[in-house]
Amino acid sequence: MSKQQLDAQFKNVLDRGDKLFVPYIMAGDGGLEKLNDQIKFLETAGASAIELGLPFSDPVADGETIQQAGIRSLKAGTTVKGVFETLKKSKGHKIPIILMTYMNPVFHYGVENFADACVEAGVSGLIVPDLPMEEESMVSEIFKAHDLALIRLVALTSPKSRREALKKRTEGFLYAVTVTGTTGERHTFTERVDHYLEDLKQGAHVPVLAGFGISTPDQVKALSKHADGVIVGSRIVKALHDGDYQVIESLIHASKKND
Amino acid sequence: MYQQPNERGHYGQFGGRFVPETLMPAVLELEAAYQSVKDDPAFLETFHYYLKDYVGRETPLYYAERLTEKLGGAKIYLKREDLNHTGAHKINNALGQALLTKHMGKKKVVAETGAGQHGVATATACALLGLECIVFMGEEDIKRQKLNVFRMELLGAKVEPVKHGSATLKDAVNEALRYWVSHVEDTHYIIGSVVGPHPFPQIVRDFQSMIGTETKSQFKEKTGKLPDALIACIGGGSNAMGMFYPFVDDASVKMYGVEAGGHGIETGKHAATLTGGSVGVLHGTMTYLLQDADGQITEADSISAGLDYPGIGPEHAHLKEINRVQYVSATDQDALAGLKLLSETEGIIPALESAHAIGYLPKLTKTLPKDATIVVCLSGRGDKDVETVKGVLGGQSYE
Repeated sequence: MSKQQLDAQFKNVLDRGDKLFVPYIMAGDGGLEKLNDQIKFLETAGASAIELGLPFSDPVADGETIQQAGIRSLKAGTTVKGVFETLKKSKGHKIPIILMTYMNPVFHYGVENFADACVEAGVSGLIVPDLPMEEESMVSEIFKAHDLALIRLVALTSPKSRREALKKRTEGFLYAVTVTGTTGERHTFTERVDHYLEDLKQGAHVPVLAGFGISTPDQVKALSKHADGVIVGSRIVKALHDGDYQVIESLIHASKKND
Repeated sequence: MYQQPNERGHYGQFGGRFVPETLMPAVLELEAAYQSVKDDPAFLETFHYYLKDYVGRETPLYYAERLTEKLGGAKIYLKREDLNHTGAHKINNALGQALLTKHMGKKKVVAETGAGQHGVATATACALLGLECIVFMGEEDIKRQKLNVFRMELLGAKVEPVKHGSATLKDAVNEALRYWVSHVEDTHYIIGSVVGPHPFPQIVRDFQSMIGTETKSQFKEKTGKLPDALIACIGGGSNAMGMFYPFVDDASVKMYGVEAGGHGIETGKHAATLTGGSVGVLHGTMTYLLQDADGQITEADSISAGLDYPGIGPEHAHLKEINRVQYVSATDQDALAGLKLLSETEGIIPALESAHAIGYLPKLTKTLPKDATIVVCLSGRGDKDVETVKGVLGGQSYE
């Protein structure tokens, strides 16, 4: 799915009054043969897109839950190529697939080859958490030429000037990190978060999604109020691992206007 | 003239700042803080005061006559970093960065450690300057280096065991980075080697470069010349970088970096990143790494906890690329032989890390003329390794 189709789909969701909900799943957690079914399930449950994690041995931005999922996936034999092959085998997913991985697997695959493989597998965009704008020239031109969205992350610690620069550069959506820390469930968020999200939304040319630490339907509602939607990672990964599908459905439902 | 890194923290194609956005402001703040102190006379005066009166610098440059005779080749000199307070070169950088922490108004410090030498050095500098200190250390290394764990605790530091992955230095760096992401607003990360995102490789190199600067003037005083060769062991590569950097423009001085060959490069069980690795991105920097066909980082293997790291400082990768330094390796067995050799000929028990440099000497002296001179960076003392070494050599020595 192209970057333009991703933009159009997100606009549709927002136009009908719902908020965006992007679940994160770890490719190959439970075996790659389950991946397309997992995506199908999330699509049917009402997810707006999938953030698909490619496992990396040293994920410094991730907390315990996603680290463990990555270890399980690598132990099950997941490879970058295997993930692309699996996505190609599906009959095409109706919602955008966004890959999330660290710089080394992309670099090692070859940035150009990686971008080609993304296009062939129907991937719409990428999130690379250890690639700040200072280093993004390594991939940005190539991704642009392949019509892949490079989704930038902005942090609570980013000063105003960086927030504005990232807001301007990002494609697809702006990933607003809502905790000063790694991924993983949190009970509370700092009071600054509401204002931070509102501020990011001002003049943004793409939707602003809040992510990191969000794990309950109440949090989905509370943070969506100040953003265009949320990304939920660790809680989804845990629920999929435990086979707890109702938890996932209620999280997604919390992003709908009729919830 | 050699001038690295560039303004973006790159050394040729290597280096850079590959960190999450949450850390970027701290990395930029650190760079600004470092730029403001690096030539500031008041800061340098304080640093040098502690280096002299507290650490005990300068360290001697010692002519190892019996070792030279035994190997029957080039003249060997030892730069005695093992005589520093806390027993290794690590205190130089730990002290410099602890002073920088205070300068930035931060009161807490996080560090990683492999052999425990950097952890002890950081705990020491924090005790000295009244900073709070937390050290991440792999469980496997905790087993190998129990005494250093207790030392850190005596010094008031909190040691956090890391259970993930190979439970060694790489995993300790991951956890220290994660901790830093979560506590970046009041905590400085004192990284222990010339690795990590810019400006760390530069800061650590500069805070270790007195090793080479002192060596140069001491050697000149003794002989009126420059040495013909320098040799140092390399894990991340901080003692080597400190020794090499002041000599980079002296074209006549050959330089050798000795990586940990573990069971032998051909076995795949080693920590020789430049000899047996390939280019990639880890822990905030682009450099040579040990990795598999899919770009997953593989485990390093070495008898020495301090060299057991699948990456290497980006400046070493650059110095390899431009052919300024020759990178070689010494196996676990070479290092043990080196440790025995130095102990028996000179009465100096080297750290297992430094023993890799000694262990390569028999090969190196054969390639140099008899009147040539070599300076070995003896980066640390072996007290911490006596138990490990006894485990391996015990049977032969005590039965």
